[in-house]
Amino acid sequence: MSKNTVSDRFRKVDVDEYDENKFVDEEEGGENQLGPDEAECGLSTACIDVEILFFLTPLCKGNLMGALQAVLKNPPMNTKNQNVKDRAEGLVLKVLSAFKSTDIEKGVQSLDKNGVDLLMKYIYKGFERPSENSSAVLLQWHEKALSAGGVGCIVRVLTARKTV
Amino acid sequence: MSLYSFGLEPLSCHAWSKDRTQIAISPNSNEVHIYQKKEKEWIKIHELTEHSGRITGIDWAPESNRIVTCASDRNAYVWTLKDGVWKPTLVLVRINRAATCVKWSPLENKFALGSGAKLISVCYFEKENDWWLSKHIKKPINSTVLSLDWHPNNMLLAAGSADLNCRIFSAYIKDIEDRPGPTPWGSKMPFGELLLEYKECGGWVHSVCFSPSGDALAWVSHNSAISVADATKGKEVTQLTTGHLPLLSILYVSETEIVAAGHDCCPYQFSYKGPGCLEFVKKVDIPKQSSKGNMSAMQHFRNLDKKAITEEEDTDLGSLHQNSITQLCILEGLKAKVVKFSSVALDGAMVVWDFKH
Repeated sequence: MSKNTVSDRFRKVDVDEYDENKFVDEEEGGENQLGPDEAECGLSTACIDVEILFFLTPLCKGNLMGALQAVLKNPPMNTKNQNVKDRAEGLVLKVLSAFKSTDIEKGVQSLDKNGVDLLMKYIYKGFERPSENSSAVLLQWHEKALSAGGVGCIVRVLTARKTV
Repeated sequence: MSLYSFGLEPLSCHAWSKDRTQIAISPNSNEVHIYQKKEKEWIKIHELTEHSGRITGIDWAPESNRIVTCASDRNAYVWTLKDGVWKPTLVLVRINRAATCVKWSPLENKFALGSGAKLISVCYFEKENDWWLSKHIKKPINSTVLSLDWHPNNMLLAAGSADLNCRIFSAYIKDIEDRPGPTPWGSKMPFGELLLEYKECGGWVHSVCFSPSGDALAWVSHNSAISVADATKGKEVTQLTTGHLPLLSILYVSETEIVAAGHDCCPYQFSYKGPGCLEFVKKVDIPKQSSKGNMSAMQHFRNLDKKAITEEEDTDLGSLHQNSITQLCILEGLKAKVVKFSSVALDGAMVVWDFKH
């Protein structure tokens, strides 16, 4: 078969960039969004608590619930700063991993509708870059979040123009 | 509830004649088929084949008995029945992209056409030159217009579009009608005036519907949500996110009750009682009780022989429709008290639903 001798670089051109009627999302200033506050999550203490108080259930549970609520506050949706988004994602992942499998369902129940939607957004963000244990943990959270939010919750992750 | 299957092709759109004995459907092609009801069967009596592109919208005006069709070939035709044959008249819509939806106004003196050209074409008949003219509404639409609905006052037009916005425009054409009076949506209404713009609906707005009085506007968007804007309460918008797949069509069945259906293949009923009070009521479809029953030995071997399966596997969905519902339409009853409505879906079936208030 003869090789195509004519250049095919045109296939890599993004035509939409040259369209003057290109659709642009409405931009809202998100520069002051910093994402969840690490201290507020009590994250470092929560992790230590899990290890030290591993078999002392009530306290441990309380801290983790609080940590979950706190880490889902102030999601960095509007900011363009990738570092803020990465940091937020890392924090959320830490909190999610700190939960015991049996507590995941209670954690999901403690969230309201918007919280479940936000949690699902973070779960899928976490799926994008899997590390050793993250996918397994995220899958467990995904199962519980799905039963709470339904497929609509996942559809909203896909249709959201602003992502965490 | 009754189901009638029009074949295997998906039904993109449908419209009923005034007495509901005839239905115009398009089997996802460039043709419109008109069927006549004969006892329990539907017999095809006409085929309208003027379009060269896939038909995207059909509307049948009950009083004047005219059908308007629009297609992806950037054209719209108005069909009138002459001596038992439907004759088309081309409408100059002047769009350079496919038409997506079309709706007659309540008084049937004009119709609105949405298109992928980021504009709405409002068309009216000009008697002097004996042709259909169009006026365009362009600003501030930024993407394809996916759905349209007229306000009962024949002047206001709601449009849902793919730029994630839901808008209400004025479609007052001074050549053919008198100036409209004020409404809760606004009082200054020159042609193309924007009376409501709700941004960030969360997803493409697939379908819009005015309430029977016109004081509220409901729409469904692709983020699996249903929203209602209330003119009497300062145009406040209430949104309800659902756990279902996105809804594609919405219909008001009374002043407070709304029915919507979509990719979940069955209609859902919602209720709107005021700002912040939009809630899911129930599924309109009663799920089919899967009766496993006792299979006779004959059935068992027949299954084995024909399908090579040892157990009876039910691959049907629990709902009447087996694929996404594309359009809902009022069948019987006034807009304020709908008794029956119809749905068509991608499975080629049309179902008539009863609604009890």
